Amino acid sequence: MKTDVTNIMVCGIGGQGVMTAADILATTALDLGYDVKKTEVAGMAQRGGVVTSHVRFGEKVFSPSIAPGEADLILAFEPAEALRWSTHMRQEGMIMVNSYAQLPPVVSIGLFDYPDDPFKQLEDKGLNAHQFDAGHAAIELGDRRLVNSIMLGAIADHLPFPAETLEHHLLARFSAKGEKIVDMNRKAFSLGRNAFS
Amino acid sequence: MSIAESVLTETRQFISGNMAVAQAARDAQVKVAAAYPGTPSTEILEYIAEFPDIYSEWSINEKVSLEVTIGASMAGSRALCAMKHVGMNVASDAFMTQTLIGAVGGLVIVVADDVGLSSSQNEQDSRYWGRFAHLPVLEPSDAQEAYDYTRAAFSISEQYEVPVIVRLTTRICHVKGVVINSPAESHETSGFVKDPARLVMVPGNAKNRIPMMMARDIELKHFSEESYLNTLEQGEDKSVGFVTSGAAYYHVKEAFPNAPVLKLGFSHPAPIEKIRDFSQSVEKLVVIEEVEPLLETELRAANVEVYGKDIVPRIGELSPPVIQPVVNKLLDKTGQYDNIIPAQDIFPRPPTMCVACPHLGIYYCLSHIKNTIIAGDIGCYTLGAGHPWNALDTCISMGASLSVAQGIDKGRSEADKNKNVLAVIGDSTFLHMGMQGLLDITYNKGNVTILLLDNRAVGMTGGQNAPSSGINLQGEETTQVDFRKLCEALGVKPERIHEVNPYEMPTLFKALRSEVKIKEPSVIITNQPCVLTERYSKLPPLKVEDDKCTGCGNCLDVGCPAITVTRRETVVKPNGKEKELAFVQIDTAACTGCDLCTKPCAPDAIVPAYNSAQGNAQIIDAVEVK
Ligand SMILES: Cc1ncc(C[n+]2csc(CCOP(=O)(O)OP(=O)(O)O)c2C)c(N)n1
Ligand code: SF4
Ligand code: SF4
Ligand code: SF4
Repeated sequence: MKTDVTNIMVCGIGGQGVMTAADILATTALDLGYDVKKTEVAGMAQRGGVVTSHVRFGEKVFSPSIAPGEADLILAFEPAEALRWSTHMRQEGMIMVNSYAQLPPVVSIGLFDYPDDPFKQLEDKGLNAHQFDAGHAAIELGDRRLVNSIMLGAIADHLPFPAETLEHHLLARFSAKGEKIVDMNRKAFSLGRNAFS
Repeated sequence: MSIAESVLTETRQFISGNMAVAQAARDAQVKVAAAYPGTPSTEILEYIAEFPDIYSEWSINEKVSLEVTIGASMAGSRALCAMKHVGMNVASDAFMTQTLIGAVGGLVIVVADDVGLSSSQNEQDSRYWGRFAHLPVLEPSDAQEAYDYTRAAFSISEQYEVPVIVRLTTRICHVKGVVINSPAESHETSGFVKDPARLVMVPGNAKNRIPMMMARDIELKHFSEESYLNTLEQGEDKSVGFVTSGAAYYHVKEAFPNAPVLKLGFSHPAPIEKIRDFSQSVEKLVVIEEVEPLLETELRAANVEVYGKDIVPRIGELSPPVIQPVVNKLLDKTGQYDNIIPAQDIFPRPPTMCVACPHLGIYYCLSHIKNTIIAGDIGCYTLGAGHPWNALDTCISMGASLSVAQGIDKGRSEADKNKNVLAVIGDSTFLHMGMQGLLDITYNKGNVTILLLDNRAVGMTGGQNAPSSGINLQGEETTQVDFRKLCEALGVKPERIHEVNPYEMPTLFKALRSEVKIKEPSVIITNQPCVLTERYSKLPPLKVEDDKCTGCGNCLDVGCPAITVTRRETVVKPNGKEKELAFVQIDTAACTGCDLCTKPCAPDAIVPAYNSAQGNAQIIDAVEVK
């Protein structure tokens, strides 16, 4: 059922900037006059836990959480997390995946297995899935924390609002940190955007 | 001017429920705010601390924070106290008597319930406290209402001279929405007025206050029946109507947009007659409340026919996909959530300790000492119960490690005759409620070895300051507690107190091994800061030299998340036994060079990542984590 509310889910693990990315999406939607709700359940985020943030916007938003099967777009910062939350996708939605895998200690030491080729599993489910290595791209640009700007760039042309407005809000967040940081994020955003425009 | 500025202004913002409560406190002219940190309520005081006109503090524990605000209210000022649900258990002694005194200046107690236990030792429905203590309970449904209701709570508090509970849940505290502020009000105070019959709760006086409390109950009940906070929203489909409150309200709206809804903002005392009338206008009435069947029970007792937890799950957070199918079943209907696929079963990501956390060395040592019973406490160090250390045997409530250890020591059976009983507790938890346990041990001639992990911060909730930091909520310098002197004052012999650097494992081991043998209480205090705080300074990172690494896996026992396995191999040893090898790497971008992992590495395979000439410049290294 498509309501007039747009549901974007951002998922990943602590420290990847999931909350910030969701915040930027939320402020952009607000700027365009929508009613917006955003969950901020960080839990044990700072210590490597699973982080998801739900952004819902439209004429009027009731519940802050996106129900399974109702996400129009999932922005996944890690492939296994993409798979974990893929049940939240609407069949005709889109999922953008950072292919840079991050294994928790419980996997690293052999207590649990990392899923086989999570991206292929998404495709096998018939989902409109896209991936690229934003992790390495960020490292090449000089800072791992650029992952979220790259990922936002990647979805920028697939949103119900102009990519430029999103970019504006992204950069506004860093304006206090100086021109250099703004520039790095601008580059990161373009890199993601060029990969998927 | 950008569009954003035209949409969001100083009084129209996109903020969380916690921030909304803070702003409401500011606009209601609160004079004193106090709290002890606890998820999901912690940020309320952090935000309030930014308002210079409010005196705000991190109190030692929740009882103290409540008493500080009670004092401020007695002085005629408005005061706000915030805590997580379990904090109310600690504060309840003051709370249960304060209800007899009532509020002088507006007194609001904000309690945040962790529905679904994302980061707590238990789950509690704080609405019970309203019933228990005869106090009104307000339940906001989103950030805007968190603002509005906190403002309203102050007027109700002063109008009825009653402390008011504002009950939040994680889905209110941490959900952001658009919040419009109303104009600030001014608050006049008459100052402290001596009134022993009211303020001195000795039996004779307290007895006389009970009729006041009963009369107040009735007045509040009338208020509830008429209040604008309890609103009826008409709906076309009268086959089912809902009574609901808090976060559940929006779930109901989402799942049943056409159903009539009676929303209770002032949920206790409940407007029973209003609900009774409402029940007559709908075919079936369903109560949707988080968590316990409180309102439902009261309605049944008042002969209002309702459905509640007989159909709605009692366990876990509510959401539209949880509510809709169970109600539809009642109506013989179908809906969009009937075929929900559960989240895919993927490995968990349990929280880890931080890279280079000073607790790592402690747990490495504890996991290598045999014959122990280790009573644990609440904080980051509770993670020591998990992999790879498995070095905590109990965890209950804040401060319990010491007293539980005392009980284990005294209650030990023949089978445990030779066991060493230890207690592990953090600095903030020790000051919160652990000191009493230590005094109990020394006074009663106990034999417990205590590890007091002083990382100068409340790590678990995000690295807040505490008396162990010597810095207050505002970031100003203040007195720093001296744990050695404190333990001595609590009766521990000076020679039984050791201060150790937790990164120096050999010293730590030695202290532990010798102290567990001595049959009297001893305290080992660690002295390195939490890595989340400014006190912590990073050192140049280390790396693993592949050709030297034998795959012994010893460094993994440290439990630092910067160390990961790259490859596993099973080899057959000369004696025919199979051995699992795990070759590792260090994520140099994450490693802060604490040097803990080099200690168990026999072949010295862990070395500086960069030679000093290269310095720290290229700390960002391409490390494939998979
Ligand atoms: C009664 C109660 N209040 C608050 C909390 C939230 N809380 C959990 S652990 C903790 C304190 C941890 O600090 P500390 O003991 O110094 O250990 P650290 O996390 O720094 O290792 C707090 C405030 C709680 N669980 N129970
Ligand atoms: S927050 Fe501090 S105490 Fe907690 S795990 Fe991290 S470093 Fe350790
Ligand atoms: S030196 Fe070892 S234990 Fe310390 S932070 Fe680096 S990898 Fe972790
Ligand atoms: S302890 Fe040393 S040799 Fe053993 S796995 Fe770790 S790095 Fe390799």
